[in-house]
Amino acid sequence: MKLKTPLGEEILSLAAGDQVFLSGIIYTARDEAHLRMMKDGIPFDPAGAAIYHAGPVIQDNQILAAGPTTSARMNSLTGFLLDSGVRCLIGKGGMDESVALSLKNRAVYLAFTGGCAALAASHMELKGVFYPDLGMAESIWIIDVTDLPLVVGIDAHGGDIFADTNLRARKRFEVWRSGRDGTT
Amino acid sequence: MHTLDEQALRKAVTDATLACIHDAEVFLPQDVKSALKAAMERETDPVARGELANIRANIREAERLDIPLCQDTGIAAVYLTVPPQLHVSALLLRDAVLDGIRRATGSVPLRPNAVDPITRENSGDNTGVGIPVVHSSEGEDLTVTVLPKGAGSENVSRIGMLLPSQAGSIPEFIVETVLLAGGRPCPPVVVGVGIGGTFDLAAAMAKEALLLPIDTMDAYEQEICDAINSLGIGPMGLGGDTTALAVKVMKAHCHTASLPVAVNIQCWACRRATRKVVV
Repeated sequence: MKLKTPLGEEILSLAAGDQVFLSGIIYTARDEAHLRMMKDGIPFDPAGAAIYHAGPVIQDNQILAAGPTTSARMNSLTGFLLDSGVRCLIGKGGMDESVALSLKNRAVYLAFTGGCAALAASHMELKGVFYPDLGMAESIWIIDVTDLPLVVGIDAHGGDIFADTNLRARKRFEVWRSGRDGTT
Repeated sequence: MHTLDEQALRKAVTDATLACIHDAEVFLPQDVKSALKAAMERETDPVARGELANIRANIREAERLDIPLCQDTGIAAVYLTVPPQLHVSALLLRDAVLDGIRRATGSVPLRPNAVDPITRENSGDNTGVGIPVVHSSEGEDLTVTVLPKGAGSENVSRIGMLLPSQAGSIPEFIVETVLLAGGRPCPPVVVGVGIGGTFDLAAAMAKEALLLPIDTMDAYEQEICDAINSLGIGPMGLGGDTTALAVKVMKAHCHTASLPVAVNIQCWACRRATRKVVV
């Protein structure tokens, strides 16, 4: 499925595990940018916006490398964005149950392959920046993306591929460990 | 004459460091590329296959454009080997390495990642108090090896001071560390393990183990790797057959009352490069 920002209710039909291709303007934000926005307000129109958890490498106004950062660091910093109309979070590694609950009936979490910074940059064009004083990694970069390939990690109905995987892995670990207990 | 030699040596170490960092950031070693290819070929989960395809496309794109594989260009751990007959000050070598990192920050380029731990003020050039850590040991040639490490994988690494009676539980500690990390360190990971030594040596060995070739594992490493892969965490924690590409263990003797075990997780971008210093 192809998506274009600003996003609307079309994202509500997505299910965890679906592949999507996202185009349009997205905004990078990491820890420091979230803290600044909570203090000073959101410097862009959040309605239907997509937030990308990333700290790109920029040189001469070009995006050289822009893979996702670990989204879980923003678990406790995300609620105000969803309350203000943000429709999509993009990152890697998934987010916790409180974020999954906040996403319900209004937004989705999309996963981009971690470390694939060169591939990401090949789908991106730099459009501007907020908070440049925060430095390269922590600034909010305004990026125009074309057909960025993403997987729906957490959908708007509670489906969470990361939580499901973690739960299954925990069960398998317990089985493996109890098998070893008998032999050691 | 002596001063001139020192200057030439210093420049050669700086140049080798710069070249190493460029190589490590842009090109993955062949053993890592082969392991990712093999993982793709045996992967049965469709989402995981998509993730591995993205990773392999990314490797090609970085090489084609001569840009870093990952925007988290990391903090470099640096390993020097120094021939015993070469009388050179440790300070000169360290300064030369730091110059190489500062130059690489602008030319590779690297993301400036080094900050004060409390104020978070960025040094701007990937160096700072205590970093990079520079290790040196005796060797036949003067060589520089760099291991740039990103924070996503570094942050989920773990050290345990086990009881001496818990040697049989070491595999559980390692597998549990990968379980707790889930998708956060960008699996499929390489798991560096340091067993024994002291609190600090165990951690240093766990990182140094990431320099070992990943195309061979002994039976102990293989058993742990298989256990990790049986969890089904998969690439990026989205599920799948490949969670770890390899487990690599380094050991040292330890105090009779101690059993330190350190696990340093490395993302799929198991970046490393070595250059001989040519004066």
